[in-house]
Amino acid sequence: MRYVISRLWSLCLVFVVSSFVVFSGMYLVPGSPENFLVQGRTVSPEVLASIRVQYSLDDPFLTRYWNWLTSAVQGDFGRSLTTRQDVSNLLAARLPTTLFLTLYAGVLVVVFGIGLGVIAGTREGVFEKIVVFGSNLGFAVPTFFAALLLMAVFGGALGWFPVTGSGSGFGGRLFHLTLPAVALSLPSLAVVARITRTSVREESGSDHVLMAVARGVPRRLVLWRHTVRNSLLPVTTVIGTHLAALLASAFVIEYAFTLDGIGALLVDAVHRQDFAVVQAIALILVVAFGLINLAVDLLYAVIDPRIRLGKAA
Amino acid sequence: MPQSLVKPSSRISVVAGRAHRRLGTLGMVCVTIIAVIVLTTLLAPLIAPYGPYEGSVADRHLAPGVNHLLGTDQSGRDVLSRVIWGARSSLLGPLIVIVVTAVLATAIALTAAWYGGRVDSFLGRVLDVLFAFPNILLAILAIAIFGPSLLTASLALAIGYVPYSARVIRSVALRERNLPYIAAARMQGIYGFVITVRHILPNVWPQILTGMTINFGYAMIELAALSFLGLGVQPPNADWGLMVSSGQSSLLQGYPEQSVAAGLAIVVTVAAFGYIGERLGGRRAAGRVR
Amino acid sequence: MLTIDNLELSITDPDTGRVSEILRGNSLTLAAGEALGLVGESGSGKSMTLQCVLGIEPPGSSVGGRIELEGRDLRALRGEELRRTRAEDLALIAQNPHSVLNPVLPVGKYLMEGMSEARSMPKARARLRSSELLRSVGIEESERVLRSYPHQLSGGMLQRVVIAGAISAQPKLLLADEPTTALDVTTQAEVAAILDEKRREAEMSMIFVSHDLDLAAAVCDRLAVMRYGELVEIGTPEEIRDAPQHEYTRELMNARPKLHPEEA
Repeated sequence: MRYVISRLWSLCLVFVVSSFVVFSGMYLVPGSPENFLVQGRTVSPEVLASIRVQYSLDDPFLTRYWNWLTSAVQGDFGRSLTTRQDVSNLLAARLPTTLFLTLYAGVLVVVFGIGLGVIAGTREGVFEKIVVFGSNLGFAVPTFFAALLLMAVFGGALGWFPVTGSGSGFGGRLFHLTLPAVALSLPSLAVVARITRTSVREESGSDHVLMAVARGVPRRLVLWRHTVRNSLLPVTTVIGTHLAALLASAFVIEYAFTLDGIGALLVDAVHRQDFAVVQAIALILVVAFGLINLAVDLLYAVIDPRIRLGKAA
Repeated sequence: MPQSLVKPSSRISVVAGRAHRRLGTLGMVCVTIIAVIVLTTLLAPLIAPYGPYEGSVADRHLAPGVNHLLGTDQSGRDVLSRVIWGARSSLLGPLIVIVVTAVLATAIALTAAWYGGRVDSFLGRVLDVLFAFPNILLAILAIAIFGPSLLTASLALAIGYVPYSARVIRSVALRERNLPYIAAARMQGIYGFVITVRHILPNVWPQILTGMTINFGYAMIELAALSFLGLGVQPPNADWGLMVSSGQSSLLQGYPEQSVAAGLAIVVTVAAFGYIGERLGGRRAAGRVR
Repeated sequence: MLTIDNLELSITDPDTGRVSEILRGNSLTLAAGEALGLVGESGSGKSMTLQCVLGIEPPGSSVGGRIELEGRDLRALRGEELRRTRAEDLALIAQNPHSVLNPVLPVGKYLMEGMSEARSMPKARARLRSSELLRSVGIEESERVLRSYPHQLSGGMLQRVVIAGAISAQPKLLLADEPTTALDVTTQAEVAAILDEKRREAEMSMIFVSHDLDLAAAVCDRLAVMRYGELVEIGTPEEIRDAPQHEYTRELMNARPKLHPEEA
């Protein structure tokens, strides 16, 4: 419990500091904040006034930050600087695609990463060599390049999958997001498969596994209960950080497949120099990233009794 | 026979032999690949058949042939030449990232390890906060603020890489710092800075080098991704990430040369650096298993 | 009961291809109910001999010779037959109890697994038997220990659990591999005494591997001295002590730490 509280506390600190970085970054640019926010666009005096209110530019600096943060916590990210749309509404409309894509890719990473790793770790031969080679190469393939290749082969040449749009309904989304999810998952999948394989190999040579064999425990149990189960403990942390990373790097894939997720919105906003939207998305991603990592740490503590119960005297 | 009479070639073969033992055959292949890529980059004006911007729309999408080994792109520029020229910015970005990361991370790690106590825990906290930021998001934020450029993206990524590198280096430096000979040196009144540079730095150097090798691959992928998004290197410059992106529509029309050539260049380079990094860093870890 | 005939073991290093000879053609026999001490310095091949009996030698090994348990060729056993033999007739007590129990499973699971999953005893009976076994090796709070995880218990406590697991099958042959070496000096004697007592009670045979000549002499009927993978001498503790035949045995005898110098 102490552990949980200390982790929560440091996460809060991280949120405060990173929100401050996200907020105050714009003041690093020389020139007035209005100029930065407007970026040479011609705007009406009313719009300029509302931007001044949105960023409370008439208040002292810390008050500005406080106002911005408190409204952000309440879900109010102000209005887009270019289209004047409500940022929260924009995000709400875009979030489902990103979440679906990330979860889909996450499932692929878990199922195929662990699956291939376990198979490669427990038997030797051609299959293992293929997995080792594939995982070494897999992490070197940039997601956007994989995206283009998948698009060209399965979308263009074979015509099995759509290459744009996010689809509607669960089935439609699943269908539309298959290629993006595969592209997004590949590097992480490769890393997870490789680490799983190494971990399984190490575990299968460990004393307690050898002892289980020597005691005549059935093969199936030695494999699953003692070897695979134990070897997956360190893998969970790796998977966790990769799930968080999937979320943070989904925008490249969303952009490549022109999906309507918040990542594509982020890229768009950077291109259009719409800093209000950039800030909102950056903040949300940092929070999500932090929460996922926290969840993984806690999960690890739950599944490993050595951490859960601590050392007894 | 005096040492100076040993032929230089045999000295090279000694070094090569040592590297071979360390990296393995595949590792030597990777070193060779990287050497070729670096040479190509430096000698681009001599090697590239055409200039990076040379070509006319009349020659667009030519199939690979004698004049254009890898064909031409949608503007009629020679793909091979652009891959060769593009190596410059594609390698420069990651180079900036790893050098800046190594300098910052080493400075922070050695400071933390030397002073320990409050300084150490304060720096640790700072790194924790930084760690909470996804690298590529930090880069995007920097680009949103300062505008798209390779330098901005590289510096932002470098800052994102510091926490991890610094932690690794710190732990090794700390182990070294606590050895008795360091205490002996301190008692002789040698300045902390001198001890750190003369004794601790050489001992963490392998970690720094391994980190640089591994980071190079990651940085290359992330910078290429930013260029792909139009947030890094700007057209019409030749850059691998940008080429993959600008070849996208051609690819879907059935002219894959540009995207595929540039993409493969990234894959090969990253894989080569990744493998060497793993060999360098993995030896230690591998020794633990039995 | 157990016959080891011309046992050879060599291991090939997968990286360098170098072959090292670990055991060089050793033979010995063990009568029913007899305890044999296998002594020698580390690396002499004592533990490897046990691993060969169990068929759990490291990867890259090639084994020659015969090992027979009551006339059955152990090295020829495969699959289910081998598993049942390991589960019912043999039992290993390894050196470090902290590393032989699965760290993420409760101790009770270790005992249960040996009885119900390796030897198909009904679960309910195995559960009862677990507590009985723990009490029989001197663990009073058996319920608490059964629920504990390995990292929560001391080495001495865990080694008792391992002994309990080993005797639970009433195996024909106990294979004890330096069972007290990893323990605190204070618990070493206790654990050795429990092991000795349990073995005599059930009249099990035992191979007791140790580098401690005195300890081996105390719990064994005969001693076998090994060096560099070779069995150099075999005899009763008295014979070994009073009239060592091999020069190495004499060295080993003289190398013992002496509590009472006047003895020598």
